Amino acid sequence: MTRTTTTLALTLAAGLAAAAAGPAFAFPEKDVDYIIPFSPGGESDIAARLQQPVFADTFDHQLIVKYQAGAGGAQAWSQLNSMPADGHTIMGINLPHVILQPLMSSPGYETADLTPVYWFHYTPDAIIVKADSQFQTLEDLVNFAKENPGLVTFSGSGSNSANSLAQSRFDGLAGVTTTYVPFSGTGPSVTALLGDQVSAQWGYSTVAAAQGEAVRMLAVAAEERLPLFPDVPTFQELGYDMVGGAYRGVAVPKDTPEDVRQQVSDAFQAMNNEPAMRQAMDDGAFVVIDVPYQDVDAFMAERRTEIEAAAQAAN
Amino acid sequence: MDLLPYLAQALTPFNLLLALGGVLLGTVIGALPGLSATMAVAVLVPFTFAMAPASGLIALGAIYTGAIYGGAFAAILVNTPGTPSAIATTFDGFPMAKRGDGNLAVTLATLASVVGGIVGALALLFLSPPLSKVALAFGPPEYFWLAIFGLTLISALSQGDTLKGILGAAFGLFLATVGVAVVGGDVRYTLDQPMLVGGFDVIAALIGLYCIPVVIDLVARPDPHLKVSVQAGGFRLAEALRHCGQNWFNLIRSSVVGTVVGILPGAGGSIASLVSYSEARRTAKHPERFGKGEPGGILATESANNATVGGGFIPTLVLGIPGTPPDAVILGALLVQGIRTGPGLFTGQGDIVFTFIFGLLIATILMLPTGLLVGRYAYQAIVSIPKAVLVPTVAFLTIIGSFAIHNSMHDVYTMLGLGFLGWILARFGFQPSPIVLGVILGPIAEQGFVQAWLIGNAQGNVWGMFFGRPISLAIAALAVITLLYPIVMDTLKARRARRAGVAPTPRESVNAD
Repeated sequence: MTRTTTTLALTLAAGLAAAAAGPAFAFPEKDVDYIIPFSPGGESDIAARLQQPVFADTFDHQLIVKYQAGAGGAQAWSQLNSMPADGHTIMGINLPHVILQPLMSSPGYETADLTPVYWFHYTPDAIIVKADSQFQTLEDLVNFAKENPGLVTFSGSGSNSANSLAQSRFDGLAGVTTTYVPFSGTGPSVTALLGDQVSAQWGYSTVAAAQGEAVRMLAVAAEERLPLFPDVPTFQELGYDMVGGAYRGVAVPKDTPEDVRQQVSDAFQAMNNEPAMRQAMDDGAFVVIDVPYQDVDAFMAERRTEIEAAAQAAN
Repeated sequence: MDLLPYLAQALTPFNLLLALGGVLLGTVIGALPGLSATMAVAVLVPFTFAMAPASGLIALGAIYTGAIYGGAFAAILVNTPGTPSAIATTFDGFPMAKRGDGNLAVTLATLASVVGGIVGALALLFLSPPLSKVALAFGPPEYFWLAIFGLTLISALSQGDTLKGILGAAFGLFLATVGVAVVGGDVRYTLDQPMLVGGFDVIAALIGLYCIPVVIDLVARPDPHLKVSVQAGGFRLAEALRHCGQNWFNLIRSSVVGTVVGILPGAGGSIASLVSYSEARRTAKHPERFGKGEPGGILATESANNATVGGGFIPTLVLGIPGTPPDAVILGALLVQGIRTGPGLFTGQGDIVFTFIFGLLIATILMLPTGLLVGRYAYQAIVSIPKAVLVPTVAFLTIIGSFAIHNSMHDVYTMLGLGFLGWILARFGFQPSPIVLGVILGPIAEQGFVQAWLIGNAQGNVWGMFFGRPISLAIAALAVITLLYPIVMDTLKARRARRAGVAPTPRESVNAD
């Protein structure tokens, strides 16, 4: 009964939307609730805040950011499918989180339950040291780690996280043993680096952008050098096949009709292509990607193979 | 440096209006348990994008400082901290309200908050770059010892019932372990329930353990909830000022403690007020009066938690590392506005930063008139509202408040479950404060311990990590002193009594090991 009503309402809503806005853009027809599964102030929040004004300019409706933090995002993701499925309730979605969490514990959802419709950027993994560190290059650090197994300590955000995976992945690629010290977030992890508690940090390019001259990024796990850091080499240039980091995208409840999924994807793609958005992303050292709805499945499958391999290597 | 032009910019009518409105709004939000400063700031961030950066920051800073202050109202009047940073304010605030001195307690909290806020803001104005180094001097072992120091407060809080205090804290520590461990990633005590994966939320535990027993007791007992027999009228400002005069050193010390703890990312208002309360009690002439309505207790906690506001902005603005959760939101807002934090901020974009700091100072001073007026009406309202209206209102607010934390019913269940448990435990003489202390300090102690262990192990020097660092040793020493002080004092008292030929009053043996 409920399902019939919902379907009916959706059909009606879709019909109305099509009639009102014409074929060009049925989405959005009202303000959109954008749920961020983390606390305010994090990188997902900053990304949403950057999207907010672009969305308002482009679509004459507001993107209303709401927070539903808890269990590293799991609390919100496990409830996504019970939310209104009309395209006007959307949720931020993150990798490697949504693949790692079901792999490691029972967070109340399976990766396959979630319906991402667009992936807009990632913050590449990076090794960051303090400006006065003895390690001038990645080679310095690798050589030192080879001579002193375990002595190099890395701060990073969380266990079974993007940072801890990057550490175990790199240790394998470089044939070294280092010590990973998890902190309760990127902020405390940076503090530990700046306070000389650890020798280096597994973080993201965004950390280097925010800290400026206080730190030095030794290498970045992007395909190309970042516009903001033309002098920082990629891991691939240095002979380590590492590209990746924390990916961010947007998901919808699973009952959302196909055409609405496509429209949400189109809307985020349009925002991603705005020159102002590109500039803001470059300035913050985010790497813009463009994974529209039709490519999402292939993209997820690729990431899953990568992440599962790294997680296995770590355990 | 010529700072006067920035003061003039902060004093424009629009900025003054923002400061006043922000403080008022913040006070109301802070007074409602569950509505936190972080949430208030996050909800209002988009509105500040249309303003000049300095004005937007003033509005956010004013809401933040108002919310921290507002937490005291609920703590004093209904024995429920409106924000975690007001936990210690319940210790003496509620006993004062019960004996009819609620208006004096609110005035004391207002004065203390203003003093603490000013000290924190002045430190931010003049000492930011050097003080930001404090944030970096604290590594994992220091946080571990700081949390242990916080836990030793239990021995002071539960005199005569130390065993129950320790049991309560152990229960709190256990609650804190539920969920996925941040450090290590182990899944603990979740019973395969997705609801437990995220662990128990501190705010939900706080509302449950403090609020629900109060609500149940209000219903279960026939007597009026607040005894207002001896009711002196007005603000009792002169009396409050006299207490401030007697406690001037306590006020300054607590404000400095608050500023320093505010600088530490990962500590915050609750630890600042607990530490300064503990110190105030330890050094007081009559420590036995603490916990029974001692004005010095309120002055210590409320000056300390408002000092964390200015202190927290120091690492936020100088290092780009948020000192407290609301600072993280404000830092995000700065980034979106295209403002880069760092030491260059003070020289390169001084007009924004210094205008903001003056705005924060003005907002802090505006707390005095707004706080006194709001406080007066709040107090009158609480004592004159009939119980039949007050109880459902408070009960309703606990539900709304715990739902608002994450927009999730999970926290409401946590709140209710722990609330009923807290009520039952209270009947057996267990107080909520040690439990909440365990919930708040457990993760800090655990993370600090494991991180220090990992780093020490990598360097082959685990003992040196915990006992070879000067700041660690100092905090550890303070913890030992606080732990042993009541025991030593009791022994001395007993010996003196014996010498005077009077049998010592029987007292439960103190189990400190």
